[in-house]
Amino acid sequence: MEAAPVGIVVVSHSRALGTAAAELAREVVGTDVPIAVAAGIDETTTGTDAAAIATAIAGADRGSGVVVLMDLGSAVLSAEMALELLEDVGADPATRERTVLCPGPLVEGLVIAVATASTGADRHRVSEDAAAALGPKRTHLGKPWDE
Amino acid sequence: MGPAELGRWLRSFADAVTDNADELTALDSAIGDADHGSNMRRGMKAVVAKLDAAPDAPPAKLLKTAGMTLVSTVGGASGPLYGTFFLRMATSTGDRAELDAAGFAAALRAGLEGVVARGKAATGDKTMLDALVPALDALDAALAGGSGLGDALRAAADAADAGRDATVPLVARKGRASYLGERSAGHQDPGATSTALLLTAAAATLG
Repeated sequence: MEAAPVGIVVVSHSRALGTAAAELAREVVGTDVPIAVAAGIDETTTGTDAAAIATAIAGADRGSGVVVLMDLGSAVLSAEMALELLEDVGADPATRERTVLCPGPLVEGLVIAVATASTGADRHRVSEDAAAALGPKRTHLGKPWDE
Repeated sequence: MGPAELGRWLRSFADAVTDNADELTALDSAIGDADHGSNMRRGMKAVVAKLDAAPDAPPAKLLKTAGMTLVSTVGGASGPLYGTFFLRMATSTGDRAELDAAGFAAALRAGLEGVVARGKAATGDKTMLDALVPALDALDAALAGGSGLGDALRAAADAADAGRDATVPLVARKGRASYLGERSAGHQDPGATSTALLLTAAAATLG
């Protein structure tokens, strides 16, 4: 039996940004990789919500685990806290250990993560590729980054 | 202390946050992203609504509800930080119907340890810990020296205020303010400021 693709969770301070980033990744990659968005406190209030992130992680895990991409600041703290709230939102008890918080950049990392997940790669590979997502841009732009 | 006392404490903190929201946001606009006052006001307003709905919840339930409400309504880093603080207090409280002075101090200490684990900060980093750590050290020292809870909480609030004031010259090493490097010196930390309000509220309501 073929394993389900790794799920991807998008965490952003802005619902508009998180939703648009997910749409962009789907458009670029065109895939059935599960992508869940936990962004903003509501449609217009900026912020992150650890409980909402936990729910998104629980929903995105189809058995192969989840890679979480996040923007910055409280998004990181809230994503870490979400791992402690998975039980409270009824997640599979195994979801916590198969969730990877990825240090990659949100937009570039998300596109790479979805592309890699669509190939059937495991969550560690998905996270590693997403974490290296600035590589192509750095190479293309060249100096001053190479100095 | 039971649900009534803990509820009074949280309501007093909510009032203080509301009264000082503009100041907290002004402090945050100098070195952060100008939302600490509005974020904490929104979060504590939601906590008060939960208290109104279930005023007699046992202490651990009440503290857990406060923590989860802050997690889902504050939005900024204060959400997971204050949220973790109250959730760890709840865990420390367990199934007790009432907390004595030592039990309350232990719960606060558990909350502090949660904040340290969550934020990976230390004293001197120009964060809420610069108010919280000296406050709880003063609380424990006063209780160990035989003070009653009221006197001990007043000592804690005084230490929190002093810790808050001492953040002014510090260079921030955590959060949005750390992006400013040396330019963060000369400003009072908003997180330490709201934490001092939390201790002042405790002294006013739980003594």
